[in-house]
Amino acid sequence: MLLINPSTYIAGVLFLCLMGFIYWAILRSSVNAATDVLPIVQFFQVFWIPVFFVVPLLTMRSIAGERSNGTLDTLMTTPASRVAVILSKFSGAYLFYILLWALTLGFPIITQKLHPNAAEAGALLDTASITGSFIFLAVSGVLFISIGIMASSVTRSQLVAGMLSFTTLFVVVVGGQQLGNLAESWQAEWLNAIVNYLQIFEHLDDFSRGIIDTRPFFYYTSTGLLLLGLSTLVIEAKA
Amino acid sequence: MEKPPSIRVQNLTRQFGQIYAIQKVTFTVNPGEVVGFLGPNGAGKSTTMRILSGIMSATSGSAWVGGVCVAQNPHEVKRKIGYMPENNPLPDDMRVVEYLRFRARLKEVPSRKLRETVEEAMQICDLARTARRKIIGTLSKGFRQRVGIADALLGNPEVIIMDEPTIGLDPHQIQGIRKLIDNLRGKLTVVLSSHILPEIERSCDRVIIINRGRIVAAGTSSELREEFLPGNRFTAELEGSPDLVPLALKDSGIDGAVVESNELNGGRHRMVIRLQSDAVKGADLIRALGKREGFLLMSLASSEPTLEEIFLAATKRSWEETIDKKPADASEPKAAAVI
Repeated sequence: MLLINPSTYIAGVLFLCLMGFIYWAILRSSVNAATDVLPIVQFFQVFWIPVFFVVPLLTMRSIAGERSNGTLDTLMTTPASRVAVILSKFSGAYLFYILLWALTLGFPIITQKLHPNAAEAGALLDTASITGSFIFLAVSGVLFISIGIMASSVTRSQLVAGMLSFTTLFVVVVGGQQLGNLAESWQAEWLNAIVNYLQIFEHLDDFSRGIIDTRPFFYYTSTGLLLLGLSTLVIEAKA
Repeated sequence: MEKPPSIRVQNLTRQFGQIYAIQKVTFTVNPGEVVGFLGPNGAGKSTTMRILSGIMSATSGSAWVGGVCVAQNPHEVKRKIGYMPENNPLPDDMRVVEYLRFRARLKEVPSRKLRETVEEAMQICDLARTARRKIIGTLSKGFRQRVGIADALLGNPEVIIMDEPTIGLDPHQIQGIRKLIDNLRGKLTVVLSSHILPEIERSCDRVIIINRGRIVAAGTSSELREEFLPGNRFTAELEGSPDLVPLALKDSGIDGAVVESNELNGGRHRMVIRLQSDAVKGADLIRALGKREGFLLMSLASSEPTLEEIFLAATKRSWEETIDKKPADASEPKAAAVI
């Protein structure tokens, strides 16, 4: 249903417009004031802006829409298992999310075509940072999309699902950082370690520098899978 | 080896909190039968159908579809069932043929048979020529129902369950759906619920009436007639005093009673006379009513009670039974009020 629905494409266009604008703004500021950070790294640092609206837009309809329309009932009468239903909803949204991010690579490519001088300096397309950032987006996407799917599975209202996933994403992304700020004043070493584990921005920094740590991998995929498992149980009980 | 019944339901109960949606429902549907499920709103029809199709689980009791237990092997049961839920939900953005292909894939139709299966279902439901590439959201209600039925037919199910397939349709469309169901008779087992009682009477071999979560009657329409509205019924139209009719019957030794009487224009009355014995024919009645002075018999016609009347009688009886039971466990003043 995701690919035949106009709202998916609207979300896609909005995402690309916003990201194009952000990329342009970053390039402008880089021209005006010299900085050590590459434009593409700065660009991926604001990943949370589109996450807050694209993830709810892509996922809120997935199960809540089917439930309010009644098509979840017809889906449940086919031999497809609940796990298959949730996984296919997840993979549809996830692949589309990754595709949207992949399309943003067009921005540096276009800039390179228009300004070959910048390209010679290797400032636009730095393979290491791009690969690292993309691995981060792909892995964190598992958690973000799972949050959206979970929010969509607990209600029949798409609006509620959207609000729920937006709030949860906000808590996960911003809350982690705030906890990190708080934790600096704490004495307990082990508590700091746990809080650091939840710092999404720290993870991005590591990844974009080419440090691929297994801990964030574990954090995103295990929490994501847990949420998908819970969604399966929810639709099992609330079909 | 004898084929198992298509559907066997035993003591099925579903509870929502303190409320029983269905309570100890038991019935059997044989292969190739078309069975109508009747009941007022909230009687438990949809709940029973949802349990049978594996969407919902029962609180207690068992159900088998094609010999497979729904609770133990829901996956297998879903392969045997084509289900069309109430209000027939469909995705509005898809084209008919796309949707049916998608559904056929979900129902595990092998890809080399996909085209053929979808084509066949569209042919049966008369969708192939007119609505094949139309977007579902733009279809009329009648066509939407056909798409729902075509979907239920995909994957070669043994049993088709349709919840209110004729709701909101005009008489032409209802006739179309009825023909469609007639075409399926003998090939598949069909269970359908409806509020349009003449439709059920014409389409179904057997009727199950459910009220307040319990089965109150089951059988063919003639069996139900016999049980709930026994005797021979006639509709008479006469001019004059209707009060003399019972006397006229008594004088001629006919055991009968006037069950309904309505005044028409010009001093005429139309009444329904119920005779206890099947031996008394129309001619005897004409003779008996013709002899008596004080009224003039204008017309007499034998009238069979419609399913609607049977339905009303059956549901009324079940209401009375539950009300009769209530005073025992209700508080005193409430019981007095009921009596």
